[in-house]
Amino acid sequence: MAKSTVGKRSHNNKAGYIFVFPYAALFVVFILAPVVMAVILSFTNFNAIQFPKFVGFLNYINLITSDDVFMKFVLPNTIKYALIVGVGGYVLAFLLAFGLANLPKVPRTIFALILYSPSMTTGVAMSVLWKILFTGDQTGYLNSWLMDIGLINEPIIWLNNAQFLLPIVIIIGLWSSMGVGFLSILAGLLNVDESLYEAAAIDGVKNRFQEMIYVTIPSMKPQMLFAAVMQIVGAFQNGTIATMLAGNPTPGYSAQLIVNHIEDYGFIRYEMGYAAAVSVILLLIVQIFSSVSTKLFGEKD
Amino acid sequence: MAYKGHRMNPDKFEKGQIKIYLLVLPMVLLCGLPIIFIIFHAFKPMEELFAFPPKFITVHPTLDNFVKLIKASRTGSIPLSKYFFNSIFVTIAVVFGSLLFSTMAAYALSKIKFKGAKIMMQINQIALMFVSVAVMIPRYLVVNKLGMIDTYWAEILPLIALPVGLFLIKQFVDQVPDSLIEAAYMDGAKEWQIYLKVILPLIKPAIATAAILVFQQVWNNLETSNYYVNDDSIKALAFYMNTLTSTTTTNTVAGQGIAAAASLIMFLPNLILFCILQKNVMNTMAHSGIK
Repeated sequence: MAKSTVGKRSHNNKAGYIFVFPYAALFVVFILAPVVMAVILSFTNFNAIQFPKFVGFLNYINLITSDDVFMKFVLPNTIKYALIVGVGGYVLAFLLAFGLANLPKVPRTIFALILYSPSMTTGVAMSVLWKILFTGDQTGYLNSWLMDIGLINEPIIWLNNAQFLLPIVIIIGLWSSMGVGFLSILAGLLNVDESLYEAAAIDGVKNRFQEMIYVTIPSMKPQMLFAAVMQIVGAFQNGTIATMLAGNPTPGYSAQLIVNHIEDYGFIRYEMGYAAAVSVILLLIVQIFSSVSTKLFGEKD
Repeated sequence: MAYKGHRMNPDKFEKGQIKIYLLVLPMVLLCGLPIIFIIFHAFKPMEELFAFPPKFITVHPTLDNFVKLIKASRTGSIPLSKYFFNSIFVTIAVVFGSLLFSTMAAYALSKIKFKGAKIMMQINQIALMFVSVAVMIPRYLVVNKLGMIDTYWAEILPLIALPVGLFLIKQFVDQVPDSLIEAAYMDGAKEWQIYLKVILPLIKPAIATAAILVFQQVWNNLETSNYYVNDDSIKALAFYMNTLTSTTTTNTVAGQGIAAAASLIMFLPNLILFCILQKNVMNTMAHSGIK
């Protein structure tokens, strides 16, 4: 194929910079700069009033050695949440998309819409719903229903109970996790080249499971990777629901996630340097999950 | 008989699909019921909100909760209409700005091969992992430094650059054949003419998809009103609705009805927009892969 002239008239083309500039400027100011600042602040002691004081790795050392809440509750909760809502939600998204891809168009579209709609609520908008469902006395819907069928005798104070709060937050996380990633997987499944299946059948693929492992997933790796990134980011963005339901800190730190810990130190205690260090850890965790996904689905060229 | 290979996207109902329905339906119910619940709850009259045992279905639907919502807003200093105006203004500004800047950038990054385009795209791709709640403090410091606290700018500018929006649009622009652009270029078209007349009409599905994603970011956004704006008169509807659904009000049963109505008002625009544009979304997602 001949090289396009689009490529040739390139390098000294000022138009490129002009077209990119507005987006790039806002990106740098509101995304890149805050991330860089978070990294810098994480090495300082900063109370939002006085000028930040450089303290080296002290915040990180404190985080690891003396922040009991972080080590005992926040980190295990976050890992549990990320594994179930991020990884579990991802597997669920794939299975549901796989099911839907095998249905005719009309039911598929309706089901996809219903599955996707919770993710539009972005946690906050629907926090009232969960408060009503999980009301702690017998007028609460879940309590009333469980008492009706005889599973419990007394109402459970769901949202103040350290035992139940994290599972509730995880369920809400899963509920709202069929987002853009799910749609991407579904679109990927529907666009796998059909001749690949025929060829694979000739090559000895015997059933749908083998087909999924050897044909479907390898041919939609890019979508799988995009979905993985979206899933994990979505999981962390929605993590703020716990404090909307039970306040910050959550009872006994039972559902305290890393995002809540940042809020706690940043906006309640005004220890911004420390909060920034926690932010950096969060960004690193997301990065780790993403690079694992890239290992799994990235295309090697 | 040898396995023949199987195809996705069947045309009509087949017996084999029954087990898929059985597996998928419970999840569909689980996802759909809470939303149906909030719709029922928003239209419940007082005696049904108080009913014991509580009932899922509304027997005598009423607009009482919506009326009360409007009345409740009159007791405050800011009328509901002002919050509506703020949200609509901010949403339109962000969606328009974001679509304009993202499509421009996507065109440049995909089709004008200038120096640095590749690295910019890679940075944007890494930024897909950007979790904005993680950096709310430095973001606040930036907004503060720029003197935007208590202005509409603070609610608009931070939300315009949406990495996933640019990413999806750029993937779609990649599909536009270079030959079309070359032809226009030969005919003497300038870059901005190519952008307006060739690129934009061809990437409508991606624009629609980005519009939905940006809309959801800004319409539901609490961060900007909570942290960047102290002046109540320019805060967004999401903020006001959230005060209605906060712990104090939902403890009373009457407050629940109002809160449900508020949630419904916040949720519906998302749903309607998605229903209208869903075809475009699926079309865009087909090119969403990260290579």
